[in-house]
Amino acid sequence: MPLQILKVAALVLLLPAAVGLIYGEVRDALVYLGVAVTVVVCSFLGQRIVEPRSKVTYAREGFVIVALTWVMMSVVGALPFIITGDIPRFEDALFESMSGFTTTGASILTDVTALSHANLFWRSFTHWLGGMGILVFVMAITSMGERPIHIMRAEMPGPIVGKLVPKAKETAKILYLIYLVMTALEIVLLLAGGMPVFDSFVHAFGTAGTGGFGVRPDSFVGYSPYLQWVVTVFMYLFGVNFNIYYLILVKKFSQAVRSSELWAYAAVGIVSALAITWNIRSMYATFGESLRHAAFQVSSIVTTTGFSSTDFDRWPDFSKMILLLLMFIGASAGSTGGGLKVSRVLILLKSVHREIMKALHPRSVRGLRFEGKKLDEAVARSTLSYFALYMVCLAVCILIVSFDGFGLETSLSASVACFNNIGPGFGSVGPMASYASLSVLSKLTLTLAMLLGRLEILPVVLAFAPATWQRK
Amino acid sequence: MKIIIAGCGKIGTAITAGLVGEGHDITVLDVKAAAVDNLVNIYDVNGLTGSATDYDVLTEAETGKSDLFISVTEKDEMNMLACFFARRLGAKHTIARIRTTDYNEGDISFIKQELELSMVLNPDHLAGRQVFNLLRLPSAARIETFSTKNIEMVELRLKADNPACGLTLWELREKYKGLFLICYVQRGGDVVIPDGRFTLQAEDKIGVIASPAEMQRLLKKMNLTTKTARAIMILGGSRAAYYLARRLDFIGNGVKIIDKDRARCEELADLLPSVSVVEGDGTHQDFLFEEGIRSVDAFVALTGTDEENILLSVFAASIGVRRVITKVNRTELMSIAGDLGLDTVISPKKAVTDVVTRYVRALKTAEGSKIETLYRIADEKAEAVEFVVSPEFKGIGVKLRDLMLQPNTLIAGITRGRKTLIPTGDDAIEAGDRVIVVTAGRSPSELSDIMRRG
Repeated sequence: MPLQILKVAALVLLLPAAVGLIYGEVRDALVYLGVAVTVVVCSFLGQRIVEPRSKVTYAREGFVIVALTWVMMSVVGALPFIITGDIPRFEDALFESMSGFTTTGASILTDVTALSHANLFWRSFTHWLGGMGILVFVMAITSMGERPIHIMRAEMPGPIVGKLVPKAKETAKILYLIYLVMTALEIVLLLAGGMPVFDSFVHAFGTAGTGGFGVRPDSFVGYSPYLQWVVTVFMYLFGVNFNIYYLILVKKFSQAVRSSELWAYAAVGIVSALAITWNIRSMYATFGESLRHAAFQVSSIVTTTGFSSTDFDRWPDFSKMILLLLMFIGASAGSTGGGLKVSRVLILLKSVHREIMKALHPRSVRGLRFEGKKLDEAVARSTLSYFALYMVCLAVCILIVSFDGFGLETSLSASVACFNNIGPGFGSVGPMASYASLSVLSKLTLTLAMLLGRLEILPVVLAFAPATWQRK
Repeated sequence: MKIIIAGCGKIGTAITAGLVGEGHDITVLDVKAAAVDNLVNIYDVNGLTGSATDYDVLTEAETGKSDLFISVTEKDEMNMLACFFARRLGAKHTIARIRTTDYNEGDISFIKQELELSMVLNPDHLAGRQVFNLLRLPSAARIETFSTKNIEMVELRLKADNPACGLTLWELREKYKGLFLICYVQRGGDVVIPDGRFTLQAEDKIGVIASPAEMQRLLKKMNLTTKTARAIMILGGSRAAYYLARRLDFIGNGVKIIDKDRARCEELADLLPSVSVVEGDGTHQDFLFEEGIRSVDAFVALTGTDEENILLSVFAASIGVRRVITKVNRTELMSIAGDLGLDTVISPKKAVTDVVTRYVRALKTAEGSKIETLYRIADEKAEAVEFVVSPEFKGIGVKLRDLMLQPNTLIAGITRGRKTLIPTGDDAIEAGDRVIVVTAGRSPSELSDIMRRG
């Protein structure tokens, strides 16, 4: 299976090579081609050297395969940046590549316009791949050996991962089909609004994967209100659980609208957008403009995309605080977005509510209900421990970044924005700034934070825990 | 095909394992979340937690769109009701497990008709029949029968003193001049479909196809005594034991059933008045001696615990009982039992899986030559499949030696009306024949699948 993953990696590296050729960047095209060939050669060599003793994927193998694939892909993805010389330093290139695959969208570049078309395309295409999942992609186009469910569970975000249809491969295909159609639709709507072809593709990839890399240093500030609204709506749509789209596709509308996560997600978005609109009303000429910027930023942050239509770092504290809270909540489970996930927040709130009621009536017996069903106690428990682990990792990350001495706002928001795969934070890492000024240690820490956030901690921790590799 | 399997117990798991390999879309459901999780973790299937008779669960599983609904939960009545609901919701076919002896043949056919069941599964009944067939042939490791009574397939392990060792198949045919065919050989972990140049060795497991009379003759020539068992001791008063004892008793054999449980013994004694039922613990050797284990022709271990069956079978074999048959349910214990020298191990689970797999493959082929019988043989590495030849089959009238077959495939037997042919290269298949195909390659679901493409 590692062979298949590398083959697929080589395949997707051909896309930016083609883009390079279209835009006359022959040197960059050759670099991508060269990396692709190297990857294929390595995969065959690797297959010759190591003959796996067992090909069955148990839960442990699932976690390890997913975590190592992501690390490997990020390193491979960083190579073209270094070789083309657009991002010469390794830690910077790795940061950029990881930020791409994990759909964070945080950049160490101060001027993205200096990048070649091939590199710009590749950066955003990694968003598209990483959004729905690299291994889910591999699964959709090749076979995945025995017990693919463990790989799906390890890569797909959310407290409960299920298959849409009995076969994992079919599920992966359906997910990517929905994803592809929605991306194509966005490209068409962006083109209709007069956006150049290249920009449309790049921005559609950034939106679909809820990533946030663009082609301009000021993100979406310079685009027309129509384009901003299109992106606002699509960011929000990609933050919805893809199961809902499947239910709509198979015409189970009643089941789709009964999803409590969907309603909570919608409510969070609308309430936040209205609150911010009211808070920033004096900064913009019309109500419509305030609403547009508020909606754009809320949609961008809650889905953990990270585009910006205005410098929200200059907004009043109340609005910035709302955005910071939204960073934690994140998008829906089973979407391409990051963060804690709305469903986890709901489960956490329900558990807390139950604990309070238990304190009042110590002998009462209460189950938890979620999405119209009894919630498995194991899921409730794992959600609580996930939250604890999440906070611990985040705290460590903030502590390390604070060495750089950029102040509380920057250290905190940089960590939160990377961990939740958003991108821009506040202060020195605000929407109009970049992560370039951070130290090497901070960059590496944040690179790891992005991976932890995207894979939801456990796979990464397990892949590097000694106990996983011991044979006892 | 869309298949729903209700009940994730031993049988449900075995059926799932069998059908997943055939590429179907399977949804499993069970009331126990842990059982569902376990299956979903191992196989590429969807899982649902809930009761098989719960309307909401059945609709969520999209029962209405399913091709087949199999209910193998703990309770017979539950299975019947679940299948009834599934049928009413629109499932095209339903299979229910009904195993309690409370329902006799008449009841079953009434239930089958009224509930529109496609099939009723009774693993214990299958196990009983399997043991019954085995007892007719002393040294055979296994015997499989086909839809016509005058052809059967026997699997033997060649001991070093067997005169067939060291002979090629041509020499063997010269020597015994019989109408029989060696259709597969299992050596170590490999299965081959042999040709005439193949040389047999000691410790090979061979599959022989012949008519029953021819089979007896051949076994006698190979110095394998064919004295049928007359006095049989059955350990464990399970349902399989009941079905077996009833059949054996019917043809006049002496049967003794031993069980620990007083109430069960009384029940059996009431159901089978001419069988001797003894209450006692079979793990006590003294007790077994007292009940005359030394003088029985055959010992059959059918208790509910695999370990007990294996241990007591080893004991029976060690004191010289000629024929020992052991029921083992857990797949991983089957090979261990083989290593301990028990050559006749049966598994009800496997028998049920074969029956269901055969049924599902036959469903897939709406027209063409349908599957009649299917056995997975040689540790499931090969299959023996019986087809009824439809007039559309392309190979009709073509001499077998000119027929382009898939690699590792053999036409091992043809029954035409009441006549049985062990085919040679000069024979040809006719429409309406029943053909037995042995293959170690791709699993055929239709007779034309055995032909080479293009």
